[in-house]
Amino acid sequence: MTRSPAIARRELSSYFYSPIAYVAMALFLLASAFTFWDDFQPGAPAEMRSIFQWMVWLLVFIVPILSMGLMSQEWATGTIESLMTAPVNESDVVLGKFLGSFGFFTVLVAPTLLFAVMLSLFGQTDKSAIACGYLGIILVGALFTSIGLFCSSLTRSQVVAAVASAALLFVTTIVPWWVSGKATLGAFWRVVADQCIMRRYEDFSKGIIDTGNIVFFIAATAVFLFLTVKVLESRRWA
Amino acid sequence: MDRISFDVSKGQIVGFLGPNGAGKSTTLRMLTCYLSPTGGTATINGFNIFHQSEQVRSNMGYLPESVPLYLEMRVEEYLDFRGRLRKMDRESRRKRIDYVIERCWLTTVRRRPIGHLSKGYRQRVGLADSLLHNPAVLVLDEPTVGLDPTQIRETRKLIKDLGGDHTLLLSTHILPEVEAVCDRAIIIAGGKIVAQGTPDELRASRRLNSRVLVECRGPAKEVEAALSRVSGVSRTEIISDNGDPYATIALRAKDGADVREEAARTIIGRGWPLREVRLEHATLEEFFVQVTANQAMGKSEGKTEGKTE
Repeated sequence: MTRSPAIARRELSSYFYSPIAYVAMALFLLASAFTFWDDFQPGAPAEMRSIFQWMVWLLVFIVPILSMGLMSQEWATGTIESLMTAPVNESDVVLGKFLGSFGFFTVLVAPTLLFAVMLSLFGQTDKSAIACGYLGIILVGALFTSIGLFCSSLTRSQVVAAVASAALLFVTTIVPWWVSGKATLGAFWRVVADQCIMRRYEDFSKGIIDTGNIVFFIAATAVFLFLTVKVLESRRWA
Repeated sequence: MDRISFDVSKGQIVGFLGPNGAGKSTTLRMLTCYLSPTGGTATINGFNIFHQSEQVRSNMGYLPESVPLYLEMRVEEYLDFRGRLRKMDRESRRKRIDYVIERCWLTTVRRRPIGHLSKGYRQRVGLADSLLHNPAVLVLDEPTVGLDPTQIRETRKLIKDLGGDHTLLLSTHILPEVEAVCDRAIIIAGGKIVAQGTPDELRASRRLNSRVLVECRGPAKEVEAALSRVSGVSRTEIISDNGDPYATIALRAKDGADVREEAARTIIGRGWPLREVRLEHATLEEFFVQVTANQAMGKSEGKTEGKTE
Protein backbone atom coordinates (compact mmCIF):
# COMPACT_ATOMS: atom_id res chain seq x y z
CA MET A 1 0.00 0.00 0.00
CA THR A 2 3.05 2.23 0.14
CA ARG A 3 2.53 3.39 -3.42
CA SER A 4 -1.02 4.61 -2.90
CA PRO A 5 -0.07 8.22 -2.02
CA ALA A 6 1.49 8.79 -5.47
CA ILE A 7 -1.67 7.51 -7.15
CA ALA A 8 -3.95 9.45 -4.80
CA ARG A 9 -1.99 12.62 -5.46
CA ARG A 10 -2.24 12.21 -9.22
CA GLU A 11 -5.93 11.41 -9.04
CA LEU A 12 -6.72 14.42 -6.86
CA SER A 13 -4.76 16.81 -9.07
CA SER A 14 -6.40 15.44 -12.22
CA TYR A 15 -9.77 16.71 -10.90
CA PHE A 16 -8.47 20.23 -11.09
CA TYR A 17 -7.83 19.81 -14.83
CA SER A 18 -11.30 18.48 -15.45
CA PRO A 19 -14.14 20.84 -16.34
CA ILE A 20 -16.69 18.23 -15.31
CA ALA A 21 -15.39 18.24 -11.75
CA TYR A 22 -15.81 22.01 -11.55
CA VAL A 23 -19.34 21.74 -12.95
CA ALA A 24 -20.21 19.04 -10.40
CA MET A 25 -18.77 21.18 -7.63
CA ALA A 26 -20.69 24.27 -8.74
CA LEU A 27 -23.93 22.29 -8.96
CA PHE A 28 -23.44 20.82 -5.53
CA LEU A 29 -22.67 24.14 -3.86
CA LEU A 30 -25.50 25.94 -5.63
CA ALA A 31 -28.05 23.29 -4.72
CA SER A 32 -26.91 23.02 -1.13
CA ALA A 33 -27.04 26.80 -0.83
CA PHE A 34 -30.71 26.66 -1.85
CA THR A 35 -31.48 23.97 0.70
CA PHE A 36 -29.70 26.01 3.33
CA TRP A 37 -32.49 28.54 2.87
CA ASP A 38 -34.78 26.32 4.99
CA ASP A 39 -32.35 26.37 7.88
CA PHE A 40 -31.32 29.98 7.56
CA GLN A 41 -34.59 31.73 8.52
CA PRO A 42 -35.39 34.17 11.33
CA GLY A 43 -36.99 32.18 14.11
CA ALA A 44 -35.90 28.81 12.77
CA PRO A 45 -33.70 26.68 15.06
CA ALA A 46 -30.01 27.32 14.40
CA GLU A 47 -29.22 23.86 13.12
CA MET A 48 -28.35 22.28 9.78
CA ARG A 49 -30.57 19.25 9.85
CA SER A 50 -32.37 19.86 6.58
CA ILE A 51 -29.25 20.76 4.64
CA PHE A 52 -27.58 17.59 5.83
CA GLN A 53 -30.61 15.62 4.62
CA TRP A 54 -30.55 17.28 1.24
CA MET A 55 -26.82 16.90 0.82
CA VAL A 56 -27.14 13.12 0.73
CA TRP A 57 -29.77 13.44 -2.00
CA LEU A 58 -27.38 15.58 -3.99
CA LEU A 59 -24.44 13.28 -3.38
CA VAL A 60 -26.36 10.34 -4.83
CA PHE A 61 -25.99 12.13 -8.16
CA ILE A 62 -22.81 14.16 -7.68
CA VAL A 63 -20.47 11.42 -6.41
CA PRO A 64 -21.04 9.18 -9.48
CA ILE A 65 -19.92 12.09 -11.66
CA LEU A 66 -16.73 12.42 -9.63
CA SER A 67 -15.99 8.72 -9.54
CA MET A 68 -17.04 7.67 -13.04
CA GLY A 69 -13.62 8.10 -14.63
CA LEU A 70 -11.52 6.60 -11.84
CA MET A 71 -10.99 3.18 -13.41
CA SER A 72 -13.04 3.31 -16.61
CA GLN A 73 -10.71 5.91 -18.07
CA GLU A 74 -7.72 3.69 -17.34
CA TRP A 75 -9.40 0.91 -19.30
CA ALA A 76 -10.47 3.18 -22.14
CA THR A 77 -7.12 4.90 -22.69
CA GLY A 78 -5.00 1.85 -21.92
CA THR A 79 -3.08 3.65 -19.18
CA ILE A 80 -3.89 0.67 -16.98
CA GLU A 81 -1.12 -1.13 -18.85
CA SER A 82 1.62 1.31 -17.88
CA LEU A 83 0.14 1.59 -14.40
CA MET A 84 0.08 -2.14 -13.69
CA THR A 85 3.49 -2.78 -15.23
CA ALA A 86 5.00 -0.36 -12.73
CA PRO A 87 5.82 -2.14 -9.47
CA VAL A 88 2.39 -1.55 -7.91
CA ASN A 89 -0.25 -4.05 -6.88
CA GLU A 90 -4.01 -3.90 -7.23
CA SER A 91 -4.66 -2.71 -3.68
CA ASP A 92 -2.17 0.17 -4.12
CA VAL A 93 -4.15 1.29 -7.14
CA VAL A 94 -7.60 0.90 -5.58
CA LEU A 95 -6.65 2.58 -2.32
CA GLY A 96 -4.85 5.38 -4.16
CA LYS A 97 -7.78 6.02 -6.48
CA PHE A 98 -10.18 5.94 -3.55
CA LEU A 99 -8.15 8.37 -1.46
CA GLY A 100 -7.70 10.75 -4.39
CA SER A 101 -11.39 10.84 -5.16
CA PHE A 102 -12.35 11.02 -1.50
CA GLY A 103 -9.89 13.90 -1.16
CA PHE A 104 -11.76 15.79 -3.86
CA PHE A 105 -15.02 14.97 -2.10
CA THR A 106 -13.79 16.74 1.04
CA VAL A 107 -12.77 19.71 -1.11
CA LEU A 108 -16.32 19.67 -2.50
CA VAL A 109 -17.99 19.65 0.90
CA ALA A 110 -15.58 22.00 2.68
CA PRO A 111 -17.17 25.26 1.44
CA THR A 112 -20.47 24.30 3.12
CA LEU A 113 -18.71 24.92 6.46
CA LEU A 114 -19.40 28.52 5.56
CA PHE A 115 -23.09 27.83 6.27
CA ALA A 116 -22.20 26.69 9.77
CA VAL A 117 -20.18 29.87 10.30
CA MET A 118 -23.11 31.98 9.10
CA LEU A 119 -25.51 30.22 11.43
CA SER A 120 -23.23 30.70 14.39
CA LEU A 121 -23.02 34.43 13.64
CA PHE A 122 -26.78 34.79 13.92
CA GLY A 123 -27.74 32.27 16.54
CA GLN A 124 -26.73 29.82 19.21
CA THR A 125 -25.60 26.75 17.28
CA ASP A 126 -25.03 23.31 18.67
CA LYS A 127 -21.47 22.90 17.44
CA SER A 128 -21.21 19.25 18.37
CA ALA A 129 -24.42 18.41 16.47
CA ILE A 130 -23.02 20.11 13.38
CA ALA A 131 -19.69 18.30 13.75
CA CYS A 132 -21.63 15.07 14.06
CA GLY A 133 -23.52 15.88 10.85
CA TYR A 134 -20.24 16.42 9.05
CA LEU A 135 -18.89 13.14 10.36
CA GLY A 136 -21.96 11.52 8.81
CA ILE A 137 -21.42 13.31 5.49
CA ILE A 138 -17.77 12.23 5.44
CA LEU A 139 -18.71 8.59 6.05
CA VAL A 140 -21.45 8.71 3.42
CA GLY A 141 -18.99 10.29 0.99
CA ALA A 142 -16.49 7.50 1.61
CA LEU A 143 -19.09 4.80 1.02
CA PHE A 144 -20.50 6.50 -2.09
CA THR A 145 -17.01 6.98 -3.50
CA SER A 146 -16.13 3.32 -3.01
CA ILE A 147 -19.38 2.28 -4.72
CA GLY A 148 -18.64 4.68 -7.56
CA LEU A 149 -15.09 3.32 -7.84
CA PHE A 150 -16.42 -0.22 -7.97
CA CYS A 151 -18.86 0.62 -10.78
CA SER A 152 -16.11 2.46 -12.63
CA SER A 153 -13.89 -0.61 -12.53
CA LEU A 154 -16.52 -2.69 -14.32
CA THR A 155 -16.69 -0.76 -17.57
CA ARG A 156 -14.57 1.27 -19.94
CA SER A 157 -17.37 3.78 -20.47
CA GLN A 158 -17.56 6.69 -18.07
CA VAL A 159 -21.24 7.22 -18.85
CA VAL A 160 -22.13 3.63 -18.04
CA ALA A 161 -20.10 3.89 -14.83
CA ALA A 162 -21.89 7.08 -13.79
CA VAL A 163 -25.37 5.75 -14.54
CA ALA A 164 -24.68 2.42 -12.86
CA SER A 165 -23.34 3.96 -9.68
CA ALA A 166 -26.11 6.58 -9.51
CA ALA A 167 -28.66 3.77 -9.89
CA LEU A 168 -26.97 1.67 -7.23
CA LEU A 169 -26.80 4.61 -4.84
CA PHE A 170 -30.42 5.50 -5.51
CA VAL A 171 -31.59 1.96 -4.79
CA THR A 172 -29.55 1.62 -1.60
CA THR A 173 -30.14 5.12 -0.25
CA ILE A 174 -33.26 6.86 -1.46
CA VAL A 175 -35.59 3.92 -2.11
CA PRO A 176 -35.37 2.29 1.35
CA TRP A 177 -35.76 5.66 3.00
CA TRP A 178 -38.84 6.38 0.95
CA VAL A 179 -40.55 3.00 1.46
CA SER A 180 -39.80 2.89 5.18
CA GLY A 181 -42.22 5.79 5.57
CA LYS A 182 -45.04 3.71 4.05
CA ALA A 183 -47.47 2.23 6.58
CA THR A 184 -48.24 -0.76 4.33
CA LEU A 185 -44.66 -2.04 4.46
CA GLY A 186 -44.24 -5.55 5.86
CA ALA A 187 -42.26 -6.01 9.07
CA PHE A 188 -39.35 -7.78 7.34
CA TRP A 189 -38.87 -5.12 4.71
CA ARG A 190 -39.19 -2.41 7.33
CA VAL A 191 -36.21 -3.92 9.16
CA VAL A 192 -34.26 -4.13 5.92
CA ALA A 193 -35.08 -0.53 5.00
CA ASP A 194 -34.06 0.66 8.46
CA GLN A 195 -30.63 -0.90 7.94
CA CYS A 196 -30.04 1.16 4.85
CA ILE A 197 -27.80 4.11 4.29
CA MET A 198 -30.26 6.98 4.75
CA ARG A 199 -31.72 5.80 8.07
CA ARG A 200 -28.26 5.34 9.52
CA TYR A 201 -27.17 8.69 8.21
CA GLU A 202 -30.22 10.41 9.72
CA ASP A 203 -28.90 9.58 13.17
CA PHE A 204 -25.75 11.55 12.43
CA SER A 205 -27.67 14.52 11.11
CA LYS A 206 -29.68 14.57 14.33
CA GLY A 207 -26.43 14.62 16.31
CA ILE A 208 -26.49 11.00 17.45
CA ILE A 209 -23.22 9.07 17.22
CA ASP A 210 -23.87 5.36 17.21
CA THR A 211 -20.80 3.13 16.98
CA GLY A 212 -22.85 0.64 14.99
CA ASN A 213 -23.47 3.25 12.32
CA ILE A 214 -19.79 4.17 12.10
CA VAL A 215 -18.83 0.52 11.79
CA PHE A 216 -21.52 0.05 9.13
CA PHE A 217 -20.16 2.80 6.91
CA ILE A 218 -16.52 1.82 7.29
CA ALA A 219 -17.24 -1.87 6.69
CA ALA A 220 -19.45 -1.20 3.66
CA THR A 221 -16.76 1.08 2.19
CA ALA A 222 -14.16 -1.64 2.73
CA VAL A 223 -16.37 -4.25 1.05
CA PHE A 224 -16.64 -2.20 -2.14
CA LEU A 225 -12.92 -1.44 -2.16
CA PHE A 226 -12.23 -5.15 -1.76
CA LEU A 227 -14.58 -5.98 -4.65
CA THR A 228 -12.79 -3.43 -6.81
CA VAL A 229 -9.44 -5.05 -6.03
CA LYS A 230 -10.91 -8.39 -7.14
CA VAL A 231 -12.19 -6.89 -10.39
CA LEU A 232 -8.72 -5.51 -11.08
CA GLU A 233 -7.05 -8.81 -10.31
CA SER A 234 -9.33 -10.64 -12.74
CA ARG A 235 -7.88 -8.53 -15.57
CA ARG A 236 -4.66 -10.60 -15.62
CA TRP A 237 -6.55 -13.61 -16.90
CA ALA A 238 -8.67 -11.81 -19.45
CA MET B 1 1.00 -18.41 -27.67
CA ASP B 2 2.13 -21.93 -28.28
CA ARG B 3 5.08 -23.14 -26.21
CA ILE B 4 7.70 -20.61 -27.16
CA SER B 5 11.05 -20.54 -25.49
CA PHE B 6 13.99 -18.16 -25.81
CA ASP B 7 16.87 -16.61 -23.90
CA VAL B 8 18.14 -13.07 -23.98
CA SER B 9 21.58 -12.43 -22.57
CA LYS B 10 22.61 -9.33 -20.70
CA GLY B 11 23.35 -6.24 -22.77
CA GLN B 12 21.90 -7.74 -25.93
CA ILE B 13 19.38 -6.06 -28.18
CA VAL B 14 16.90 -8.64 -29.30
CA GLY B 15 14.26 -7.97 -31.91
CA PHE B 16 10.96 -9.71 -31.74
CA LEU B 17 9.68 -9.89 -35.26
CA GLY B 18 6.40 -11.08 -36.61
CA PRO B 19 3.39 -10.13 -38.73
CA ASN B 20 0.40 -8.48 -37.11
CA GLY B 21 -1.41 -10.81 -34.75
CA ALA B 22 1.59 -13.12 -34.42
CA GLY B 23 1.60 -12.78 -30.64
CA LYS B 24 4.42 -10.27 -30.17
CA SER B 25 2.54 -7.95 -27.85
CA THR B 26 0.99 -10.84 -25.95
CA THR B 27 4.42 -12.27 -25.23
CA LEU B 28 5.75 -8.91 -24.09
CA ARG B 29 2.70 -8.38 -21.91
CA MET B 30 3.33 -11.69 -20.21
CA LEU B 31 6.98 -10.83 -19.65
CA THR B 32 6.03 -7.48 -18.14
CA CYS B 33 3.52 -9.16 -15.81
CA TYR B 34 0.53 -7.42 -17.39
CA LEU B 35 -0.99 -10.73 -18.42
CA SER B 36 -0.41 -14.06 -16.76
CA PRO B 37 0.49 -17.01 -18.94
CA THR B 38 -1.78 -20.03 -18.48
CA GLY B 39 1.24 -22.31 -18.63
CA GLY B 40 5.00 -22.06 -18.58
CA THR B 41 7.05 -19.41 -16.90
CA ALA B 42 9.74 -16.81 -17.43
CA THR B 43 12.63 -15.47 -15.44
CA ILE B 44 13.86 -11.94 -15.89
CA ASN B 45 17.05 -10.79 -14.23
CA GLY B 46 16.76 -13.83 -11.99
CA PHE B 47 13.22 -12.96 -10.88
CA ASN B 48 10.23 -15.13 -11.65
CA ILE B 49 7.27 -13.43 -13.31
CA PHE B 50 4.78 -15.24 -11.08
CA HIS B 51 6.35 -15.21 -7.64
CA GLN B 52 8.50 -12.09 -7.87
CA SER B 53 6.34 -10.00 -10.11
CA GLU B 54 7.10 -6.81 -8.20
CA GLN B 55 10.88 -7.25 -8.47
CA VAL B 56 10.52 -8.06 -12.15
CA ARG B 57 8.60 -4.85 -12.69
CA SER B 58 11.02 -2.79 -10.57
CA ASN B 59 13.91 -3.84 -12.79
CA MET B 60 12.14 -3.35 -16.07
CA GLY B 61 11.07 -0.45 -18.24
CA TYR B 62 8.16 -1.07 -20.57
CA LEU B 63 6.83 0.96 -23.45
CA PRO B 64 3.42 -0.46 -24.42
CA GLU B 65 2.43 -0.45 -28.06
CA SER B 66 -0.31 2.17 -27.70
CA VAL B 67 1.89 4.47 -25.56
CA PRO B 68 -0.78 5.12 -22.94
CA LEU B 69 -0.21 8.39 -21.08
CA TYR B 70 -2.27 10.68 -18.86
CA LEU B 71 -3.03 13.41 -21.36
CA GLU B 72 -3.91 16.12 -18.85
CA MET B 73 -0.51 15.97 -17.17
CA ARG B 74 2.58 17.88 -18.20
CA VAL B 75 5.60 15.92 -19.38
CA GLU B 76 7.65 16.73 -16.29
CA GLU B 77 4.70 16.13 -13.99
CA TYR B 78 4.03 12.74 -15.55
CA LEU B 79 7.62 11.62 -15.19
CA ASP B 80 7.59 12.82 -11.59
CA PHE B 81 4.46 10.74 -10.94
CA ARG B 82 6.09 7.68 -12.49
CA GLY B 83 9.17 8.27 -10.36
CA ARG B 84 7.04 8.43 -7.21
CA LEU B 85 5.30 5.20 -8.22
CA ARG B 86 8.72 3.63 -8.38
CA LYS B 87 9.64 4.99 -4.97
CA MET B 88 12.49 7.14 -6.21
CA ASP B 89 13.50 9.84 -3.75
CA ARG B 90 13.23 13.52 -4.61
CA GLU B 91 16.89 13.96 -5.49
CA SER B 92 17.17 10.96 -7.82
CA ARG B 93 13.82 11.83 -9.40
CA ARG B 94 15.10 15.30 -10.24
CA LYS B 95 18.38 13.97 -11.64
CA ARG B 96 16.87 11.15 -13.68
CA ILE B 97 14.04 13.30 -15.04
CA ASP B 98 16.58 15.84 -16.31
CA TYR B 99 18.62 13.02 -17.78
CA VAL B 100 15.80 11.21 -19.61
CA ILE B 101 14.28 14.47 -20.84
CA GLU B 102 17.58 15.35 -22.46
CA ARG B 103 18.18 11.81 -23.68
CA CYS B 104 14.79 11.59 -25.38
CA TRP B 105 14.89 15.11 -26.88
CA LEU B 106 12.05 16.43 -24.75
CA THR B 107 13.73 19.58 -23.42
CA THR B 108 11.56 21.94 -25.45
CA VAL B 109 8.28 20.37 -24.37
CA ARG B 110 8.97 19.49 -20.74
CA ARG B 111 6.30 21.85 -19.42
CA ARG B 112 3.71 21.12 -22.09
CA PRO B 113 0.60 19.03 -21.38
CA ILE B 114 1.02 15.59 -22.95
CA GLY B 115 -2.37 15.92 -24.66
CA HIS B 116 -0.97 18.78 -26.76
CA LEU B 117 1.97 16.75 -28.05
CA SER B 118 2.21 14.96 -31.38
CA LYS B 119 2.46 11.19 -31.66
CA GLY B 120 6.24 11.34 -32.03
CA TYR B 121 6.70 13.33 -28.84
CA ARG B 122 4.32 11.09 -26.92
CA GLN B 123 6.36 8.11 -28.03
CA ARG B 124 9.44 9.79 -26.59
CA VAL B 125 7.65 10.56 -23.33
CA GLY B 126 6.80 6.87 -23.08
CA LEU B 127 10.40 5.99 -23.82
CA ALA B 128 11.64 8.51 -21.23
CA ASP B 129 9.31 6.92 -18.68
CA SER B 130 10.64 3.44 -19.40
CA LEU B 131 14.21 4.69 -18.89
CA LEU B 132 13.44 6.73 -15.79
CA HIS B 133 14.54 4.25 -13.15
CA ASN B 134 17.55 3.07 -15.16
CA PRO B 135 16.18 -0.47 -15.51
CA ALA B 136 18.35 -3.45 -16.35
CA VAL B 137 15.81 -4.64 -18.89
CA LEU B 138 13.90 -2.54 -21.38
CA VAL B 139 10.89 -3.89 -23.23
CA LEU B 140 9.71 -1.76 -26.12
CA ASP B 141 6.61 -2.72 -28.07
CA GLU B 142 6.88 -1.29 -31.60
CA PRO B 143 8.87 1.78 -30.55
CA THR B 144 9.04 3.36 -34.01
CA VAL B 145 5.46 2.96 -35.18
CA GLY B 146 3.88 6.25 -36.15
CA LEU B 147 7.10 8.25 -36.19
CA ASP B 148 8.39 10.25 -39.13
CA PRO B 149 11.58 9.08 -40.87
CA THR B 150 13.86 11.45 -38.94
CA GLN B 151 12.39 10.38 -35.63
CA ILE B 152 12.67 6.73 -36.63
CA ARG B 153 16.36 7.22 -37.32
CA GLU B 154 16.88 9.04 -34.02
CA THR B 155 14.94 6.45 -32.06
CA ARG B 156 16.90 3.60 -33.60
CA LYS B 157 20.12 5.39 -32.74
CA LEU B 158 18.94 5.85 -29.17
CA ILE B 159 18.02 2.17 -28.94
CA LYS B 160 21.44 1.17 -30.25
CA ASP B 161 23.12 3.49 -27.73
CA LEU B 162 21.12 1.97 -24.89
CA GLY B 163 22.16 -1.51 -25.89
CA GLY B 164 25.40 -1.70 -23.94
CA ASP B 165 24.01 -0.76 -20.53
CA HIS B 166 20.57 -2.27 -20.82
CA THR B 167 19.18 -5.50 -22.11
CA LEU B 168 16.61 -4.65 -24.75
CA LEU B 169 13.74 -6.62 -26.11
CA LEU B 170 11.84 -4.85 -28.81
CA SER B 171 9.07 -5.91 -31.07
CA THR B 172 8.49 -4.77 -34.60
CA HIS B 173 7.04 -5.89 -37.87
CA ILE B 174 9.67 -4.07 -39.89
CA LEU B 175 12.47 -6.37 -41.01
CA PRO B 176 15.04 -3.67 -41.83
CA GLU B 177 14.57 -2.26 -38.34
CA VAL B 178 15.76 -5.49 -36.82
CA GLU B 179 18.66 -5.60 -39.24
CA ALA B 180 19.57 -2.03 -38.30
CA VAL B 181 19.55 -2.23 -34.51
CA CYS B 182 19.37 -5.76 -33.17
CA ASP B 183 22.07 -8.24 -32.18
CA ARG B 184 19.65 -11.06 -32.58
CA ALA B 185 16.17 -11.56 -33.96
CA ILE B 186 13.42 -13.92 -33.00
CA ILE B 187 10.76 -14.39 -35.60
CA ILE B 188 7.37 -15.54 -34.49
CA ALA B 189 4.24 -16.31 -36.45
CA GLY B 190 1.00 -17.83 -35.29
CA GLY B 191 2.22 -17.91 -31.69
CA LYS B 192 5.32 -19.97 -32.51
CA ILE B 193 8.99 -19.17 -33.00
CA VAL B 194 9.67 -19.88 -36.66
CA ALA B 195 13.25 -18.65 -36.93
CA GLN B 196 15.92 -16.91 -34.95
CA GLY B 197 19.40 -15.69 -35.62
CA THR B 198 21.66 -12.70 -36.09
CA PRO B 199 20.73 -10.06 -38.66
CA ASP B 200 23.44 -11.43 -40.98
CA GLU B 201 21.92 -14.86 -40.89
CA LEU B 202 18.53 -13.34 -41.51
CA ARG B 203 19.84 -11.33 -44.40
CA ALA B 204 21.36 -14.45 -45.91
CA SER B 205 18.19 -16.42 -45.63
CA ARG B 206 16.31 -13.50 -47.02
CA ARG B 207 18.61 -13.50 -50.05
CA LEU B 208 17.73 -17.13 -50.48
CA ASN B 209 14.17 -16.03 -50.68
CA SER B 210 14.66 -13.20 -53.13
CA ARG B 211 13.95 -13.30 -56.84
CA VAL B 212 15.14 -11.53 -59.96
CA LEU B 213 12.67 -9.85 -62.28
CA VAL B 214 13.64 -9.55 -65.92
CA GLU B 215 11.65 -7.44 -68.33
CA CYS B 216 12.38 -7.34 -72.05
CA ARG B 217 10.64 -7.13 -75.38
CA GLY B 218 10.16 -10.61 -76.71
CA PRO B 219 7.87 -13.64 -76.73
CA ALA B 220 7.34 -14.59 -73.10
CA LYS B 221 7.49 -18.35 -73.58
CA GLU B 222 10.79 -18.25 -75.48
CA VAL B 223 12.31 -15.76 -73.05
CA GLU B 224 11.38 -18.01 -70.18
CA ALA B 225 12.88 -21.02 -71.87
CA ALA B 226 16.10 -19.14 -72.53
CA LEU B 227 16.34 -17.87 -68.98
CA SER B 228 15.66 -21.25 -67.42
CA ARG B 229 18.89 -22.47 -69.07
CA VAL B 230 20.96 -19.77 -67.34
CA SER B 231 23.29 -21.44 -64.88
CA GLY B 232 22.21 -21.06 -61.26
CA VAL B 233 18.52 -20.52 -62.04
CA SER B 234 16.33 -23.00 -60.27
CA ARG B 235 12.87 -21.83 -61.19
CA THR B 236 11.29 -19.42 -63.66
CA GLU B 237 7.84 -17.95 -63.80
CA ILE B 238 6.05 -15.74 -66.30
CA ILE B 239 4.71 -12.70 -64.47
CA SER B 240 3.03 -10.78 -67.30
CA ASP B 241 2.03 -12.17 -70.65
CA ASN B 242 -0.97 -10.11 -71.57
CA GLY B 243 -0.37 -9.87 -75.30
CA ASP B 244 1.83 -6.76 -75.25
CA PRO B 245 5.33 -7.11 -76.70
CA TYR B 246 6.94 -7.00 -73.25
CA ALA B 247 7.54 -10.06 -71.13
CA THR B 248 8.31 -10.11 -67.42
CA ILE B 249 9.92 -13.26 -66.04
CA ALA B 250 10.70 -14.00 -62.40
CA LEU B 251 13.81 -16.07 -61.65
CA ARG B 252 14.68 -17.86 -58.47
CA ALA B 253 18.30 -18.79 -58.01
CA LYS B 254 19.90 -21.74 -56.24
CA ASP B 255 21.60 -20.99 -52.91
CA GLY B 256 21.28 -17.24 -53.14
CA ALA B 257 23.46 -16.99 -56.26
CA ASP B 258 23.32 -13.70 -58.13
CA VAL B 259 22.08 -14.51 -61.64
CA ARG B 260 21.43 -10.97 -62.81
CA GLU B 261 24.49 -10.53 -65.02
CA GLU B 262 24.14 -13.93 -66.65
CA ALA B 263 20.44 -13.32 -67.29
CA ALA B 264 21.11 -9.93 -68.88
CA ARG B 265 23.82 -11.41 -71.11
CA THR B 266 21.45 -14.14 -72.25
CA ILE B 267 18.66 -11.70 -73.14
CA ILE B 268 20.99 -9.39 -75.04
CA GLY B 269 22.65 -12.34 -76.76
CA ARG B 270 19.27 -13.39 -78.10
CA GLY B 271 18.65 -9.86 -79.39
CA TRP B 272 15.65 -9.07 -77.21
CA PRO B 273 15.73 -5.41 -76.10
CA LEU B 274 16.27 -5.52 -72.33
CA ARG B 275 14.23 -3.09 -70.22
CA GLU B 276 14.93 -4.03 -66.63
CA VAL B 277 16.74 -6.53 -64.42
CA ARG B 278 15.83 -6.10 -60.77
CA LEU B 279 16.60 -8.01 -57.59
CA GLU B 280 13.49 -8.16 -55.42
CA HIS B 281 13.77 -9.12 -51.79
CA ALA B 282 11.00 -11.11 -50.27
CA THR B 283 8.54 -8.93 -48.36
CA LEU B 284 8.25 -9.72 -44.73
CA GLU B 285 5.02 -11.62 -45.27
CA GLU B 286 6.50 -13.76 -48.03
CA PHE B 287 9.54 -14.27 -45.89
CA PHE B 288 7.37 -15.49 -43.02
CA VAL B 289 5.42 -17.77 -45.31
CA GLN B 290 8.61 -19.26 -46.69
CA VAL B 291 10.31 -19.57 -43.34
CA THR B 292 7.24 -21.28 -41.95
CA ALA B 293 7.03 -23.57 -44.96
CA ASN B 294 10.74 -24.44 -44.71
CA GLN B 295 10.29 -25.25 -41.05
CA ALA B 296 7.35 -27.49 -41.78
CA MET B 297 9.35 -29.37 -44.42
CA GLY B 298 12.69 -29.53 -42.65
CA LYS B 299 11.42 -30.36 -39.23
CA SER B 300 8.47 -32.60 -39.86
CA GLU B 301 9.87 -35.02 -37.31
CA GLY B 302 9.99 -32.32 -34.67
CA LYS B 303 6.43 -31.42 -35.46
CA THR B 304 5.03 -34.88 -34.85
CA GLU B 305 7.01 -34.99 -31.66
CA GLY B 306 5.31 -31.78 -30.58
CA LYS B 307 1.91 -33.26 -31.31
CA THR B 308 2.37 -36.38 -29.24
CA GLU B 309 3.62 -34.33 -26.35
